[in-house]
Amino acid sequence: MNKVAKTAEEAVADIRSGSTVMLGGFGLCGIPENLIAALVKLRVTGLHTISNNMGVDGFGMGLMLEAEMIASHVGSYVGENRRLEALVLKKELDLTLIPQGTLAERIRAGGAGIPAFYVPTGLGTVVAEGKETRKIDDRTYVLEHALHADVALIKAWKGDRLGNLVYRKTARNFNPAMATAAKLTIAEVEELVEPGELDPDHIITPGIYVNRVVVGAVYRKPIESKFIQSGGAA
Amino acid sequence: MTGKERIARRIAREFRDGFYVNLGIGLPTMIAGYVPAGIDVMFQSENGMLGVGGPPTDECADPDLINAGKQPVTELPGCSFFASEESFAMIRGGHMDMSILGAMQVDEHGNLANWTIPGKMVKGMGGAMDLVAGARRVIVAMEHQTKEGASRILKECSLPLTGRSVVHDIVTELCWIRVTADGLMLTEVAEGLDAAEVQARTEAKLLVSPDLRVMTVGVSA
Repeated sequence: MNKVAKTAEEAVADIRSGSTVMLGGFGLCGIPENLIAALVKLRVTGLHTISNNMGVDGFGMGLMLEAEMIASHVGSYVGENRRLEALVLKKELDLTLIPQGTLAERIRAGGAGIPAFYVPTGLGTVVAEGKETRKIDDRTYVLEHALHADVALIKAWKGDRLGNLVYRKTARNFNPAMATAAKLTIAEVEELVEPGELDPDHIITPGIYVNRVVVGAVYRKPIESKFIQSGGAA
Repeated sequence: MTGKERIARRIAREFRDGFYVNLGIGLPTMIAGYVPAGIDVMFQSENGMLGVGGPPTDECADPDLINAGKQPVTELPGCSFFASEESFAMIRGGHMDMSILGAMQVDEHGNLANWTIPGKMVKGMGGAMDLVAGARRVIVAMEHQTKEGASRILKECSLPLTGRSVVHDIVTELCWIRVTADGLMLTEVAEGLDAAEVQARTEAKLLVSPDLRVMTVGVSA
């Protein structure tokens, strides 16, 4: 079994326009920056993206936005992307904002065969509008549905050719859940190791969830708070 | 001392040893700097960390180690990392002793609005809706009035809500207000102010606690 792709370009080559794509990361931390760059080169369009944030002007998913690849987006916070804000206010991009924990759990449920579940989050707010609610014991809950994707692009620290993955510090975030919720999961890693080198007790994403592994060619890993202060990539 | 510092110092005095606390972005993050001596508080960051330490030096900043405000942080001994779904399981599941958030508006029913201004601002709620739905105690930390001098503590929030009847306490540079079944109860006022002066700067009706005290920020300690 060998899931290793030679390059990020090769790993994303069969992603089609119009696909639903999950992208891991929190802000610019733990994002699949090499896979995003390859996807931007591929010039697919009309993507439906699911990701907690949407990068910043000049990096991460901000590059996909600038390449006009995104038709709709589901996330929880997009406050660092002025271009996106402008597109949404002009109604040129369909943006759905949902609570971060609900986003995470909807993705987890998608990978775990749970079609829907109840949460207390968002009751009495716009998030609950049009959704079924149910009183259980003495509290009312909102029904939320699982999220699935055609493709998940995720970032791990180390991986092996079987697709086993470990993450580093807060760069884990949405990556493990997204790995489980897509038909095709592509993981980029900083370091490829031999099977057996990762301590089985420490593996966070077992290889069963991962279809392709690629070593990222270059890591810029900007720190978002500093990247924005310094005026971004320009 | 700035108003924000007064707020941060006063809220830090509410911490008890062993608390697990989530601090929101902005003013609430300042509170971490004022934890009283002898008290261990574990700060949680919803992007997947317990045991968040202070900011690193520039050379030591690690892009894989950030807080929910996307600022670099450090690891305290005993810290742990976890994925987003687990982070929110601990938030939603009622395991956080306290969640401290900023606000744009709060009202007499304990409703909170802090995530959007329709037609003007597209940012998102992030984890705020999950935090207010799940934490055992929700404290709003904010400046009492807007820059234009308007009250942020209203009879009814006019902005889209983050949560309905979720706020337990409101702390500003002027006062501490407890949300009760009867309405907003003024329990502490800043030194040199009285209840009438706070009410004059507040749209919502304030009940005055029979035990009204001066708000101690503990600077001399």
